[in-house]
Amino acid sequence: MLSNFLLQAPSQISPPDVSYAAIAPILIILGAACLGVLFEAFLAKEARWAAQVALCVVAILAAGVALILFMNSDAAKGGVAGHTGVLTLANVISIDQPALFLWGTLLALGLLALLLLADRTVDPEGALQTEAFPLFLFALGGMLVFSASNNLLTMFIALEVLSLPLYLMCGLARKRRLISQEAAVKYFLLGAFASAFFLYGTALLYGYAGSVRLADIANAAVGTDRSDTLLFAGLGLLVVGLLFKAAVGPFHTWTPDVYQGAPTPVTAYMAACTKVAAFGGILRVLTVAFQSTQWEWRGVLWAVCIVSMAIGAIFGLTQTDVKRMIAYSSVAHAGFLLVGAIAINADGLQSTLFYLVAYGFTTIASFGVISLVRKGNGEASDLSEWAGLAKRSPLLAAVFTFLLLALAGIPLTSGFIGKFVVFSAALRDGMAPLVVIALIFSAVAAFFYLRVVVLMYFSEPAEDGPTVTVPGTFTMVAISLGVFITLLLGVVPGFLLDWAHVGFLG
Amino acid sequence: MGTGLLIALLVLPLVGALVVAFLKNDDRTAKIAALGVTLAEFVLAVLLWISYEPGGARIQASSSVDWMSQLGVHLSFGVDGIALVMIGVIALLVPIVIGAGWADKLPAGRSAGGFLSLILVQEALMVGVFAATDVFLFYVLFEIMLIPMYFLIGGYGGARRQYAAVKFFLYSFLGGLIMLASAIGCYSLAADKLGHGTFDWATLVTVVRDAPLGTQVWLFFGFFLAFAIKAPLVPLHTWLPDAAEQAPIGVAVILVGVLDKVGTFGFLRYLLPMFPEASKVLAPLVLVLGVIGVLYGSLLAVGQTDLKRLIAYVSIAHFGFIAIGIFAFTSQSEVGAVSYMVNHSIATGMLILVIGMVIARGGSTKIADYGGMSKLTPVLAGLFLVAGLSTLSLPGTNSFISEFLVLLGSYPTQPVYAVLATIGMILAALYVLWLYQRVMQGPVRGNALVGVSGGPGAATDPGKAAVTDLNKRELLVLAPLVLLILVLGVYPKPVLDIVGPSVSATMSAVGVTDPVPAQEGK
Repeated sequence: MLSNFLLQAPSQISPPDVSYAAIAPILIILGAACLGVLFEAFLAKEARWAAQVALCVVAILAAGVALILFMNSDAAKGGVAGHTGVLTLANVISIDQPALFLWGTLLALGLLALLLLADRTVDPEGALQTEAFPLFLFALGGMLVFSASNNLLTMFIALEVLSLPLYLMCGLARKRRLISQEAAVKYFLLGAFASAFFLYGTALLYGYAGSVRLADIANAAVGTDRSDTLLFAGLGLLVVGLLFKAAVGPFHTWTPDVYQGAPTPVTAYMAACTKVAAFGGILRVLTVAFQSTQWEWRGVLWAVCIVSMAIGAIFGLTQTDVKRMIAYSSVAHAGFLLVGAIAINADGLQSTLFYLVAYGFTTIASFGVISLVRKGNGEASDLSEWAGLAKRSPLLAAVFTFLLLALAGIPLTSGFIGKFVVFSAALRDGMAPLVVIALIFSAVAAFFYLRVVVLMYFSEPAEDGPTVTVPGTFTMVAISLGVFITLLLGVVPGFLLDWAHVGFLG
Repeated sequence: MGTGLLIALLVLPLVGALVVAFLKNDDRTAKIAALGVTLAEFVLAVLLWISYEPGGARIQASSSVDWMSQLGVHLSFGVDGIALVMIGVIALLVPIVIGAGWADKLPAGRSAGGFLSLILVQEALMVGVFAATDVFLFYVLFEIMLIPMYFLIGGYGGARRQYAAVKFFLYSFLGGLIMLASAIGCYSLAADKLGHGTFDWATLVTVVRDAPLGTQVWLFFGFFLAFAIKAPLVPLHTWLPDAAEQAPIGVAVILVGVLDKVGTFGFLRYLLPMFPEASKVLAPLVLVLGVIGVLYGSLLAVGQTDLKRLIAYVSIAHFGFIAIGIFAFTSQSEVGAVSYMVNHSIATGMLILVIGMVIARGGSTKIADYGGMSKLTPVLAGLFLVAGLSTLSLPGTNSFISEFLVLLGSYPTQPVYAVLATIGMILAALYVLWLYQRVMQGPVRGNALVGVSGGPGAATDPGKAAVTDLNKRELLVLAPLVLLILVLGVYPKPVLDIVGPSVSATMSAVGVTDPVPAQEGK
């Protein structure tokens, strides 16, 4: 009997097909992360920094090359039902057009954040311990998986893989400032709570659909007499978990403290990449699994959008710390992004993806600039210290003004085109009142960006003002690239809009 | 030829701004370069004016290239008669402003190069906003235009400049955003109807004008709000007195003389042709706001104690007149309104410059600090009176023709509003003449003049510079304006001829005709 069973087992339980070409970027990043851990253990202390930085850069570039190779391969173009992309690992990972777009975005933004992270001219010892680099790669790998997960359990695991390193990185400031540790603990506790929500939601949805695959949930939701309570309770809990990661109000409470407390390069990384991954997840879940029930849940997300924009815009007005201000600005931006994300159509997807890229680059460049303004041993992030900065360093002030205008959405910056495409997608989907509210909050938010411009240009500099560090090559490259892309996407956004014109695979 | 000229008009100031920005350490060269660029710009504008055929195509000197084809956005420019006269006004006023500010002291640490390059950028953007024939492009320029003005007010203005600059920016920015929503709405209508969205003005006009009234009203309000903030109609005007008070004199001329006209220009170019039904239905609303603006602006002008704020309220009254003219829907009132846009720029621009010269001598913006100044500066006083009389629309000056046409044209269709607005003319005499009397006439008095040689007070204060009359440069700067005030007051035909056909085209787009046959020789 036993021998019989052993004989036939291989034919019944076959290992899943793995498209290695498709998942190569994930493998490269996670592999490099493991290697980074070994570096940390075996290399001499002095050699670590250079080795880690080189490893990270090589890994990201290699992943980028793998991504491009796969996009141009026949396997990608053959795809399912005429769509570009493949489902692999027993349909757990869906490497479709949006996933490829998000991967490209994550790798590019990750590289920029890495440059900030790796710069040692501002702080000769480096702002972080070298353990940050493998953690950085693990988080990036988690983000890649997260934005391509086709299945809620995979998504959960990816969520943890991306979150845990981030919690640690927040607390890794070399100076071991108390505020940094406080940020780490806060982020961890609230994040764990949000993960629990996500997991509970997954469980309820499994109870509803009998599967954790997004497509199965979508099928189950069409014309059945199953309990809607399970479906919507599950969806609600799931979305809370996702909105938390994306820092959408009212699930934003961790954002200001963590943005302020974490070392600035880590904040830049979180603000740009986590947001991209989280919105990638939100878009996929809402579009693939819950499109058919959108009329039931959309009203709730309308309210969430409005609350998020209101919290971001109004609380942003009262901030006196530039990092907290950017944090509230990110909450407002999350609201704008969600406006595009809940317009469940091709335009909505395209515009949200565009907005993510635009916002990511602008944000990283902004944090790059913030990290340069220093006083004594730390950053001078208090707004009052920025008074009259334009007199002392006109170039820095001009660059930061440009980035602030981009965040405010002034034309000829990527921020404007992002807002424009998102709002027009929403308008075409019949959400005119929401768009008008969003526009009003855009104007409110513009006020606090302007306040910084006023401070820098029209105020007299303080006596013992902060010094502006001359940026090292890495920071310089990161800021320049961020500014350049902000301008480029503001003037000729066409190519990226074409790339972002994508559709999900079921 | 026109197309090339228009492109040159757009590009030249930008190139000039770049050059001037690099002349940071040499104020004199920077000033000469900037003046040269703006004079060349003026020549180009004159050439464009000559090449324009009043009876020709609706939009002339047009050019268009795709900008963002996915969004149906084009980089397209062109002028009609209304845009052309406004571009003429810009090209005229900017060199005058630079000349008038030649000897001004800038705040410590700021160079003339920075100031002038902002002025030049502002000029290019203003030309662009009037010449844009793509709604998206218009919006982009409409918003971008705020940035140099924000820095001009905030960086070079008076004591409360930060407050004024931010207030100015936020008002206009909010208006612009609401307009953007409407523009996207129009784009969606085009996408539904034509299968592909576009922002091309001429195409949008044909699509949107057939939209149902309910849709039109919403879209109308989006655009209207932006324009009513810009050409301040009461109650959206509160930013203007602050901005005009805090801005340096030259910037105030540009702000009141040109920038605010974008609002009334928007009424004519965008509101009327795109939303004809809504315009007709909502005309009473605009007329009421216009009359309130005329009366409220005039009354507040009478009560002002600050020279620059007074001008701001005078302008609010005049914008009320223009709005009435536009929404009375007769060809006389419309032509009157457009020529008022030009004449207000000339008359008020000159008044601001003259007041700037008064302030430069007395060092105070308070009316109470002056008195009897004509004894010390007779020529300045005379030119003050000329600008003032034009502002109160004395027959024989340019503004009279415009104001008269507005009232004459409005009366047949809107007699009540026309009669009420006429009260504004009486109040105009009050605020102008009383201002002149307080500042210029009677015995020499006032804190600003006490102690100067030849002034009141027992002893001459050696610390105070003598108050002298206008120098050659100031005379030269004011001469073209005086000339235009008198010439256009007697012979307004050049402006009216250019404007007439464009106004007729706008009127036929709205689908209204004159209640009485248009009179000859208007």
